[in-house]
Amino acid sequence: MAVTSAAPVRASLRARRARDRVGKAVLYVLLAALLIVVLLPFLWMLSSSLKDNVDVLTVPVQWIPKDWVWTNYRDIWSRIPLAGYISNSAILAVTITFLQVLTGSFAAYGFSKVRFPGRDALFLAYIATIAVPWQAYMIPQYVMMQHAHLTNTFWSLILLQAFGAFGVFLMRQYYMTIPDELTEAARIDGLNDYGIWARIVLPLSKPALASLALLTFVNTWNDYMGPFIYLSSNNLWTVQLGLRQFIGQYEADYAMIMTGSVISILPILVIFLAGQRYFIAGIATSGLKG
Amino acid sequence: MTSLAEPGTRAAEPAGAPPDRHRNGQRMRRGALRRRSTLVGWSFILPNFLGFALFTLVPVVAAFLLSFMNWDAYNPPTWAGVHNFVRMLNDQSFWVALENTALYALGHVPITLALSLLLALLLNKKLKGIAFFRVAIFFPYISSLVAVAIVWNLLFNPSSGPINQFLHLIGITNPPGWTASTTWALPAVIITSVWKDMGYYMVLFLAGLQAIPQEYYEAASVDGANGWQKFWNVTVPSLRPTTFFVLVMLSISSFKVFDLIFVMTGGGPGRATLVLSQLIYQDGILNGQFGYASAISLALFLIVLVITVFQFRLQQRREN
Repeated sequence: MAVTSAAPVRASLRARRARDRVGKAVLYVLLAALLIVVLLPFLWMLSSSLKDNVDVLTVPVQWIPKDWVWTNYRDIWSRIPLAGYISNSAILAVTITFLQVLTGSFAAYGFSKVRFPGRDALFLAYIATIAVPWQAYMIPQYVMMQHAHLTNTFWSLILLQAFGAFGVFLMRQYYMTIPDELTEAARIDGLNDYGIWARIVLPLSKPALASLALLTFVNTWNDYMGPFIYLSSNNLWTVQLGLRQFIGQYEADYAMIMTGSVISILPILVIFLAGQRYFIAGIATSGLKG
Repeated sequence: MTSLAEPGTRAAEPAGAPPDRHRNGQRMRRGALRRRSTLVGWSFILPNFLGFALFTLVPVVAAFLLSFMNWDAYNPPTWAGVHNFVRMLNDQSFWVALENTALYALGHVPITLALSLLLALLLNKKLKGIAFFRVAIFFPYISSLVAVAIVWNLLFNPSSGPINQFLHLIGITNPPGWTASTTWALPAVIITSVWKDMGYYMVLFLAGLQAIPQEYYEAASVDGANGWQKFWNVTVPSLRPTTFFVLVMLSISSFKVFDLIFVMTGGGPGRATLVLSQLIYQDGILNGQFGYASAISLALFLIVLVITVFQFRLQQRREN
């Protein structure tokens, strides 16, 4: 190759660049098509939420609303107590996320930076329960909560979901990547373990904390079974329960149901867009969901 | 909390003690140190452990014991031996739910695996704006379950849903009844769950792909390998640990499936989409048969365990 003269090399380079450009364009078209197919259900949901109910299931499909019924977004708040549902979901999600992040990161320090007998066996017990399907022990949990008279209160869900093994696991995996030399140096400088956790390890693990907080928040916000089993009073219902109930109540009012669906997804969309790289990083490092 | 301003005071202590007393003191100090670090370690773990032990560990053990008890919401528990398991094996609903769960897994696992791998390969390119595509395809996974279930139910509407209209358009004159039909309800929930989950596993595959050293591909190019050969001889073997992990996670989650199906079809029509988790819920929480439902949940756990162990064995044999 080294012996050939400059001109043909330049020509073949140019040809390759042109081919690359065409290839890239094809790829973009392909990706755009893929994107539309995957997001089609959301587009349909959005479009239906802005329609009159009679226009939702038409033949042929109306992708763009004939009449834009913006009033759906005003009327839904009086049709179902959506504001109350949203605030219930928010209370649960924030409380559970806060407790999970706090106790999880605290315990993870014990599991990664303090050496003591029995530590690894205990950690194994944590890991093992992650593999046990939640449905396998939901009956005893329910019986316990019933006996403690905590069913139909937020307490049942907070207690059951705030101390998950997942948070400990995720944080520990991250803490293991923080070199021991750093914590040892801080110890020599006179910090005790609580100080090291608060001033060295915690600030260093912001990305992992963000991952854990976002994943826990979204999981709690989207949880259906937990609230469904434990919360029976309408005034305690979360967005998911309220929305599900809406189908039974107004069987035919699809437009309004789609409006509620869009509103239930909005908070997740905002949180997701703000912290998407933490989501991806959290999943990629732990490979486990909550 | 000690301040950072006084360095090195503690490290300077052990100096001028006589040799034997020194050794003795060191042993004592080591014992004390160990006790101290045990105390410190537990103090970190305890806040989480109390909740974890009470609300996860105890129920896990209790579930095992409960499955050998006669216990319902109205009578005190009595020992039942294997009675619950015998009853389970004679319970037609159990077999229906087991079959549906297995069929669901048989559809959901391979399709999700293939699609998420394909998506990861497609999106593992250095292109402007590629992150946007990845994020968008991941989004169904975290969007709210009830909204997703409702919208797919409408998309699947047999008479005027967009999916059947599309099928008409491409010449299928008698499209399936989807969630209204006993044969097509399960495929409908499988399609929905594949769509919802593939973005999550794509992220796992992307992480696996990005961990493959670029030199492998360069070496293959030097050896004259084309794109297809590189895929089979570099990508596939390097991705094996990720693929294995995805396979295990997918199988476990398929056998646990509940929410999405429950909201979409409620287990129907008839019992066409009744799965094991829903059966546990119905017998245990709705009907208060704690013992019997625990037996079914133990069966579910054992199935998941056997599948996981089997896949681990297979993986080990392949590695050797």
